[in-house]
Amino acid sequence: MEILKAAMAGTLESSDALVTVEPGEGGIELNLQSSVMNQYGRQIKATVLETLQRLDVADAKVTVVDKGALDCTLKARVECAVFRSCGKSEANIPWGGAVR
Amino acid sequence: MKNAVGRDIPEALLAGGKEVYQGKNYMDGKYIQKAAPKTRRYEKPQESKLVGSLKEALEFCGAKSGMTFSFHHHLRDGDFVVNMVMKAAIEELGLEDLTIAASSLGNAHDPIAQYIEEGKVVGIQTSGIRGRMGEVVSAGKLKTPAIIRSHGGRPRAIEGGEVHIDIAFIAAPTSDCVGNCRGIGGKSNCGSMGYAMTDAKYADHVVVVTDCLVDFPNMPASVEAIDVDAVVVVDSIGNPKKIASAAARISQNPRDLMMAENVAKVIAATPYFKDGFSFQTGVGGPSLAANLFLEQYMDERGIKMGWAIGGICGPMVELLKKGKVGKVIDVQDFDLDAVNSINQTTGHYEMSASQYANPANKGAFVNKLDFVVLAALEIDTGFNVNVLTGSDGVLRGAPGGHPDTAAGSKVCIIVTPLTRGRMATVCEHVVTVTTPGDCVDVLVTDYGIAVNPLRPDLVECLDKAGIPHVSIESLKEKAYSLVGRPDDLQWEDKVVAVLEARDGTILDVVRKIKPYDPAE
Repeated sequence: MEILKAAMAGTLESSDALVTVEPGEGGIELNLQSSVMNQYGRQIKATVLETLQRLDVADAKVTVVDKGALDCTLKARVECAVFRSCGKSEANIPWGGAVR
Repeated sequence: MKNAVGRDIPEALLAGGKEVYQGKNYMDGKYIQKAAPKTRRYEKPQESKLVGSLKEALEFCGAKSGMTFSFHHHLRDGDFVVNMVMKAAIEELGLEDLTIAASSLGNAHDPIAQYIEEGKVVGIQTSGIRGRMGEVVSAGKLKTPAIIRSHGGRPRAIEGGEVHIDIAFIAAPTSDCVGNCRGIGGKSNCGSMGYAMTDAKYADHVVVVTDCLVDFPNMPASVEAIDVDAVVVVDSIGNPKKIASAAARISQNPRDLMMAENVAKVIAATPYFKDGFSFQTGVGGPSLAANLFLEQYMDERGIKMGWAIGGICGPMVELLKKGKVGKVIDVQDFDLDAVNSINQTTGHYEMSASQYANPANKGAFVNKLDFVVLAALEIDTGFNVNVLTGSDGVLRGAPGGHPDTAAGSKVCIIVTPLTRGRMATVCEHVVTVTTPGDCVDVLVTDYGIAVNPLRPDLVECLDKAGIPHVSIESLKEKAYSLVGRPDDLQWEDKVVAVLEARDGTILDVVRKIKPYDPAE
């Protein structure tokens, strides 16, 4: 998917994450902050990158401010931010397809 | 050298005869040589010991660089005294190389972090360390490793001369002009002054800091004028709103209540739950709520609690007033109900930290304790508990009386949710061992109960009562299945804090954390 405009998903509540995607400059640029960085930073990074790959996003600036979100939450926030950035979050979301 | 809880203690820390932790009751029967302070004689009758300012009091007591100043933490997060004294010593008198020996330190003491970064404060000895101070110490900015002790370990170290206090500062809600202090009757009341008592007896000099001067004699005194050199009156020793909450409220959170009910069930299933039993509980949500459920079982069986100790709060005072507990012996007060009750309600007494929990005296109250209910930041599959470091390796807690009551009691119950946010509370290895697993008997979580295999007698009790329980390993796996298995923390070699077991041996060390950088 191509990131057309900046979009956000999520919150800064405990156990959530705020994900922002913006059009990239050729490649994935990930900026990650987390309240559980030392124990889960590597896993959060991997989860975010995997989710972007699954959505075929190869060119984006992604900012994640994580407040201890579980993997499922992180995936959902990344997916939602990406779909919003392409204007495709209103209808025809591929549940069970690219979004799972 | 590896100690009895499997922690590797650097040899350098063992110079001077320090030993590594060998297991519970290792020091039993050994002798301790008590230290004695060198104190000034006041033979000539004095009208008053009042001095004009903290600076004058410091000068009067011969304050100089390199000294150790002690403080007590009954004013909790409302305390102004530590910051006030250190400011006078460092900014007015230009002292440096100072060591703070406090019964605990908290968020109220954030300004001290700057003195650590400037190298003016070079040593910290405390039970609790949090906020900015926890961060700068974790970042390795304190010149010497912080020494963390339990509430019982502290008076042991003071009495044994391991900590020599040059000047003790007593934050006194009321004092008379010669230094008889009480924790009540003023405008910043804290109730019990139990943690200050050993300081006053073993410091070379003692300065009382009060914001409410009362007529002589201020009786019954918690700290006595016979130990006091000078009295300073300041505008305010603390913010009363942060000293004691209006009332420790019983949790309404259904998860807390479920765990509390299970704690009470476990207690009621043991043979120690009989008329005259003794009890201590923390003030955390589920620990405090356990009081409520326990009362139901006491009524059902027609039994009463003999005595309760600890940090005291309203619900325990209520039980005392209802005649359901015989005596309450109090080292610290957590809310106004407790503050207003000490030495007022019949049966509500004050005690010193040594009397409460010191393992090197001839028998502290904790040794007679039947049950203690405690919280944990982390507990591992060896039942070792961490209440000092966050799961990210940063200092942000306090052993307090946790290791003392766990070791002394017949049944130590840890109650904690299985996960907090993304943190697995039940884990493979705690970051820091603050209470060794050989002192912890039962774990109650929202996903099940586990009994330490060292206590087959308790396993039998639970089985007889039909209380289901599982292995602690299965609880750990459950936690990891929910939040994911955390990566091991990465450390540098530098030791930033030494954690003493209550008996003075070394239980664990905290090293400087190597933060994970996602750009790597």
